[in-house]
Amino acid sequence: MSAALHTGPAVHSMWTSAASTTDRFPTPHIEYAQLSPVLIVFGVAMVGVLAEAFVPRRSRYTAQVVLAIVGLAAAFAAVVALAEKGYGTTKAHIAAMGAVAVDGPALFLQGTILLVALVAVFTFAERRLDPMAHGQHVDSFAAQGSAVPGGDQEKAAVRAGFTTTEVFPLLLFAVGGMLIFPAANDLLTLFVALEVFSLPLYILCALARRNRLMSQEAAVKYFLLGAFSSAFLLFGIALLYGYAGSVSYSGISSVIDGTAKITPALADTTGNDALLLIGIAMVTVGLLFKVGAVPFHMWTPDVYQGAPTPVTGFMAAATKVAAFGALLRLLYVVLPGMRWDWRPVMWGVAIATMIAGAVIAVTQTDVKRLLAYSSVAHAGFILAGVIATDKDGVSSVLFYLAAYSFVTLGAFAVVTLVRDAGGEATHLSRWAGLGRRSPLVAAVFAVFLLAFAGIPLTSGFAGKFAVFKAAAQGGAMPLVIVGVISSAIAAFFYIRVIVLMFFSEPKADGPSVAVPSPLTSTAIAVGVAVTLVLGLAPQYFLDLADKAGVFVR
Amino acid sequence: MSFPLLTATAALPAVGAIATAAVPAARRVAAKYTALAFSLGTLVLAIIAMVRFDPGGARYQLTESHTWVKNFGLHYDLGVDGIAVVMVALTALLIPFVMLAGWHDADPLEGPDPNRRWRPTQGFFALILLVEAMVVLSFEATDVFLFYIFFEAMLIPMYFLIGGFGDRAHPGGEEEAARQRSYAAVKFLLYNLVGGLIMLAAIIGLYAATARQLGTGTFSLQQILDARASGQFKLGTDTERWLFLGFFFAFAVKAPLWPLHTWLPNAMGEATSPVAVLITAVVDKVGTFAMLRFCLQLFPEASKWATPVILVLALISIIYGALLAVGQRDIKRLIAYASVSHFGFIILGIFAMTSQGESGATLYMVNHGISTAALMLVAGFLITRRGSRIIADFGGVQKVAPVLAGTFMIGGLATLSLPGLAPFVSEFLVLVGTFSRYPVLGIIATLGIVLAALYVLVLYQRTMTGPVKAGIEGMADLKVREVVVVAPLIALLLFLGVYPKPVADIVNPSVKHTLSDVHKTDPKPALEAKK
Repeated sequence: MSAALHTGPAVHSMWTSAASTTDRFPTPHIEYAQLSPVLIVFGVAMVGVLAEAFVPRRSRYTAQVVLAIVGLAAAFAAVVALAEKGYGTTKAHIAAMGAVAVDGPALFLQGTILLVALVAVFTFAERRLDPMAHGQHVDSFAAQGSAVPGGDQEKAAVRAGFTTTEVFPLLLFAVGGMLIFPAANDLLTLFVALEVFSLPLYILCALARRNRLMSQEAAVKYFLLGAFSSAFLLFGIALLYGYAGSVSYSGISSVIDGTAKITPALADTTGNDALLLIGIAMVTVGLLFKVGAVPFHMWTPDVYQGAPTPVTGFMAAATKVAAFGALLRLLYVVLPGMRWDWRPVMWGVAIATMIAGAVIAVTQTDVKRLLAYSSVAHAGFILAGVIATDKDGVSSVLFYLAAYSFVTLGAFAVVTLVRDAGGEATHLSRWAGLGRRSPLVAAVFAVFLLAFAGIPLTSGFAGKFAVFKAAAQGGAMPLVIVGVISSAIAAFFYIRVIVLMFFSEPKADGPSVAVPSPLTSTAIAVGVAVTLVLGLAPQYFLDLADKAGVFVR
Repeated sequence: MSFPLLTATAALPAVGAIATAAVPAARRVAAKYTALAFSLGTLVLAIIAMVRFDPGGARYQLTESHTWVKNFGLHYDLGVDGIAVVMVALTALLIPFVMLAGWHDADPLEGPDPNRRWRPTQGFFALILLVEAMVVLSFEATDVFLFYIFFEAMLIPMYFLIGGFGDRAHPGGEEEAARQRSYAAVKFLLYNLVGGLIMLAAIIGLYAATARQLGTGTFSLQQILDARASGQFKLGTDTERWLFLGFFFAFAVKAPLWPLHTWLPNAMGEATSPVAVLITAVVDKVGTFAMLRFCLQLFPEASKWATPVILVLALISIIYGALLAVGQRDIKRLIAYASVSHFGFIILGIFAMTSQGESGATLYMVNHGISTAALMLVAGFLITRRGSRIIADFGGVQKVAPVLAGTFMIGGLATLSLPGLAPFVSEFLVLVGTFSRYPVLGIIATLGIVLAALYVLVLYQRTMTGPVKAGIEGMADLKVREVVVVAPLIALLLFLGVYPKPVADIVNPSVKHTLSDVHKTDPKPALEAKK
């Protein structure tokens, strides 16, 4: 994986120069400082791989956790420094030979992803929840990923106290890909970034300590469907290249506008609308798959349910941020001229996503599946903002993503706490009466649910209001109405969980709430804090999102 | 900068809620006194606000204005007119009585099972204070969005009050009680949430309209009204009607108006009596109040357009609520349907759009609050003593507990608007106001009074008179705490029944303002025999 990454940009620049009209073979000019967040994350991930090989087993866990936290924090500092220098606004430009944009949306989303990842590391590192195995604290991950579930090898690995500390470098590689994804400014970088963040996620999904078969099944499903969607994306890229003779966003956009010079070699296909429309459709399908929009949402419930819960939380939050970032850039930078073609389709997708997500969630009995369908519904709300096609649309989506991702992380972190003998007790009936057994945990989860439901004074309400406002101003009032109706449906099942927790009699053999280490407590506390701050005093963050709302072209 | 009196009136109960919740679990009595002290402090502030309010002065007084979220056009704008200041005072007045009446409602039950003992006293009183803070803010808000935030947010503490602390005297036993209670709480929440979300769509529509016409979107009532007065801002007829419907739907659910009333009997039946008072006497008033403040002021033309339908719905509420009250077997549900009937009168008064109707509706909100509180709280004492809320389980109470029976009688007579008690004045004004514009409707509405006499007197007769039934023999009369709760309410009912002028004087100028917003004058043969 790391090898692919190293050669990625180089191959790419050779490739574009070959397609260009110049004969010379230019030296790639890379703005290292502007790409520093990405470079730091990949660098630390690489060090993590080395640590996995050379650090003694005893101290590996500590080393990996410290590396990951320091690396992510440093990358976040780099993002803040870039934003401070004005790369988000006045100095926004396209770096690395046209491959990566450094602009407001990119920096805002990268910052969000890095913070989300930082909090996710805390939940990954949690070792107090599972009962001790053979005298050792264990985390949520399999002792040895390659051991057959239930086999002798697995037993031996558990007995020997193996732990899968490589989850941390895997997480970092995924984060690196996610950082590039919303910043990618040509279709090939987009594709490479997609693969770079997807592959580690497939592996992470398969690594649950409990219910390993389900976890592996989830990973296989995710992999197969993900590969399928990647193929769609790649095929779409090929068609768009055929249409425009370029893979760069500005190149395609200028052909659509009719302002581009046409490459003689591709004169036959350039400007062929069939290629363009099919190409757009396929690329968009690839992105909508990652977003989890209907009808490309089928993977979410299975994968969310099967994956280790810390991974689910990370994936649900960060993937959504990265994928919506990429979708926004594609629609706003490449395809503004095609607005009249893609808007009606996106309307349909948004409406279907909101309603299907909310309605199907009503019937769920597993808390992780419930949150999965709720994430589908939320994808629909965000799409309503995406459709606004103006600056308000961009900034409302940015704000929503930031608000949503922390609620999601927090909610899944709470899910890891509720346990019985078989590990996490995710069936909803097991949560009955939780409010009486552990009022604090139930109250925290209720805060997250209310935020999901969009009750005023939580971040969920501010975000929902922002996207609906943008949609209404963009002339999409019907979407707003569908949005509030599906919000009402969605509220029903969030409230049902609250009823279950607070007003039902506890079961005699009900699950217990594990006392977490400071790591998970911190993650949950951050989630609650962000939920309340963005709900009560969102002005600063709205301003930030507002300033960051302009794409560089 | 002057002292932010209105903020303080809302902040004090909010701080009180936190303080009460923070009292250690073992000191539950201390928590009760803390909460009571904060609610009394709020009452003092509300009275100061009422005294400082000058009925002849500016329309909105004691105003405060800050920008909260600029991007949303959300302002922290507070201000009271005569109607609002009276409603704030009513809220602040009722909360201490609600607390005193529910003094033992959240005490842990006896028994070995720890789950049965789970009744956090601190939570109960903190939630009541939280509801008070949010209700007060929604009466004071002069920013539409600010109002909406608290209008919606108050559902959550209310929901926990209904679902978490149900009536112990349930006909169906403990398990059935828990099931019914959580059903009632969910129904309450979903009805109101759906109403609120539809209003949210209308609010967003309003923002889009102001943003398009004024450059920046705003929710400030003052800014919108000024812009409309100066001709900068005008809603298209269709837009205005849609937005009006969005707002009205939410308020009609809250008020509640037939056919959106069905959550109320469930909620009031399953909640403890003090919480039922909180719902019907305090929280629901926000709905009717908001019709006056937001529907009529923001959408005057659409309000006139919708008037015929709304009047008919109000009439149906009056008659239907009263008829169902006559048929109830359950004391609390009976009072709930009586409330539906009374809310019909209030809405009738508001949309009759005459000064008597409007003044009457406002006074009605106050008087209904006090009279229902008196009746419901005494009913609560009665139900707790017998352990049942089925009418047939009672009989001959007046022989055993005469004071209880007497106060119940007065509460009942107030509910049927006996002359000399406060509700009579307001009901009379509403009927006169309606009659002067819509004689037929006025006549039909009068039927509601007849039916009210029927359900109140039959209730009294069945429970209080006749031979003493089994289970009633040893019934204790009202205790000191309970007398403290009921006596002031009855005193107020008598006082406002004989001398309503103090309240009417504060309310009337604001009613004039509201009527001028909808460009309505009283019809010619109006009965101008007003003080």
